[in-house]
Amino acid sequence: MNPANDISSESILKDFPTLKRRFDGKRLVYLDSAATSLKPESVIEAVADFYRNHNANIHRGVYRLSQEATALYEETRKKLKRFFNVPEDGEIVYTKGTTEAINLVVISWARKFLKRGDTILLSQLEHHSNMVPWQLVARERDARILYIPIDDRGNLDMDFFLNAIKGGVRLVSVNHISNVLGTMNPVEEIAKVAHENGALVLIDGAQSAPHIPVDLRAIGADFYAVSGHKMLGPTGTGFLYAKKSLLKEMDPYQAGGDMIREVTLEGATWNEIPYKFEAGTQNIAGIVGLGAAVDYLETIGMERIREHGERLALETRRRISEIEGVRLFGSDDSSPGGVVSFNVGDIHAHDVGTILDSYGVAIRTGHHCAQPLMERLGVPATARASFHIYNIESDIESLYNGLKKVTEVFGKWS
Amino acid sequence: MELSDLYREVILTHATHPHNYGALDHADRKSHGANPICGDAFDIEIRLDGDRISDIRFHGMGCSISKASASMMTEMAKGKTVKEFEELLDKIEKLVRGELPPNERASLGDLAALAGVASFPTRVKCAILPWKTLESAIESDE
Ligand SMILES: Cc1ncc(COP(=O)(O)O)c(C=O)c1O
Repeated sequence: MNPANDISSESILKDFPTLKRRFDGKRLVYLDSAATSLKPESVIEAVADFYRNHNANIHRGVYRLSQEATALYEETRKKLKRFFNVPEDGEIVYTKGTTEAINLVVISWARKFLKRGDTILLSQLEHHSNMVPWQLVARERDARILYIPIDDRGNLDMDFFLNAIKGGVRLVSVNHISNVLGTMNPVEEIAKVAHENGALVLIDGAQSAPHIPVDLRAIGADFYAVSGHKMLGPTGTGFLYAKKSLLKEMDPYQAGGDMIREVTLEGATWNEIPYKFEAGTQNIAGIVGLGAAVDYLETIGMERIREHGERLALETRRRISEIEGVRLFGSDDSSPGGVVSFNVGDIHAHDVGTILDSYGVAIRTGHHCAQPLMERLGVPATARASFHIYNIESDIESLYNGLKKVTEVFGKWS
Repeated sequence: MELSDLYREVILTHATHPHNYGALDHADRKSHGANPICGDAFDIEIRLDGDRISDIRFHGMGCSISKASASMMTEMAKGKTVKEFEELLDKIEKLVRGELPPNERASLGDLAALAGVASFPTRVKCAILPWKTLESAIESDE
């Protein structure tokens, strides 16, 4: 590989201070970026710099310090708008992550517009955060939920979708990239067909925003939910993209300061969008850090990030499938999310995770907040390794060696 | 953190060849216990003779620690009164948190092997799940 193109060169690793951690003298091998990514020094520094030099509340002060804080906070919105090719101003609402973004749509849109007998279309692949809020509102409104089935490799059953969408669907909500399988859904096509049939579309972008170029204008979804902390930004950050026309007619999300225009003892009128949805003091420093994360991702380039994560994931699949008993989920041909889910024989994923941890290898084990998907795959849990720009080839070897130990510890008994 | 403290031979043996595994005919009480974080889930069924646990079986899905813990628990709980079980539960909770003095471990038999869990805080819940499930089976009183 051309070293100039090797994005995991020393300098990139040096940007992520957490990678200096050692456990029992062993270098940390962080393979859980799908849960939350590591943060580069520039993001950590942006947060610290905000608190050191620009700390004030936003939208409130006439003094210059507050104006600076407001400008930094709004600067991130501009960066996000450009980075995600958002069509118009005012279409980005900050949230603490994907979960809050989806709940915002449920509370501000579905509570207002969902009627008895309406259908919400989800998929078997969804994270709990794109299932449970819909289940609650469906129960409340006597609406119906249909789930698009998947095949064994995680592809949505598009025939089912094309058929179901004709039957009074109000909204379709699916993820762009699966957090368990790393596979991508055809969101442009879903949005197009849904719109032709009068349905709205929400895309859970928790795993796509950190890994692939996302062009919201091209995708054409009505809502798109993103977690900042998975795309190198601080925890407690994220946003909901929503079309302006929808935001205008939706109810407020939370009520309080900053979201109102005028308050009397009888009632209130709402601030303009997006502020109508941002009640109370926000995670200002975090949002400033998120802006630095966007800068960092842009410097590397999302195409390269995608190529790198996918290559490591596919190489990992090849390498660990040499170990007897390893069962891989998802696809051997593509993993744009940089994710590998697997099990080792009958050994429970938690045991795999504990043993890998003793070698400094951090993976996620369990149901990954996708219990219905586990049920579909016929397993109680999986082990999951996920990659980002700071992972290197030798991480795959560390995982491989750790898994050999797993089979040694359990070998005698299984 | 030593792996061999956690994965002792007795634990692996119980995990792969659990005792009292399966459904119990004519159970008097039962409970379903689940760990929301990892999705481990067990059903425990018991027969009571007065306040004595006369028979007990379990089934479900879980890691080696939770399964071994369930297997060893059923061995120890069979024949015990509810009160004796509660005393035992108290000891086990201390054991897996590393708070049970070594001289009190002798009476625990195979269960003493769970002491290693104390160095792996994320696995304490695994070891305790079957116990909490049995406790709520006893309390279920249908
Ligand atoms: C696909 C998917 N959706 C939603 C979420 C929830 O994101 P957050 O915890 O940042 O709200 C996650 C992350 O765990 C995810 O992977």
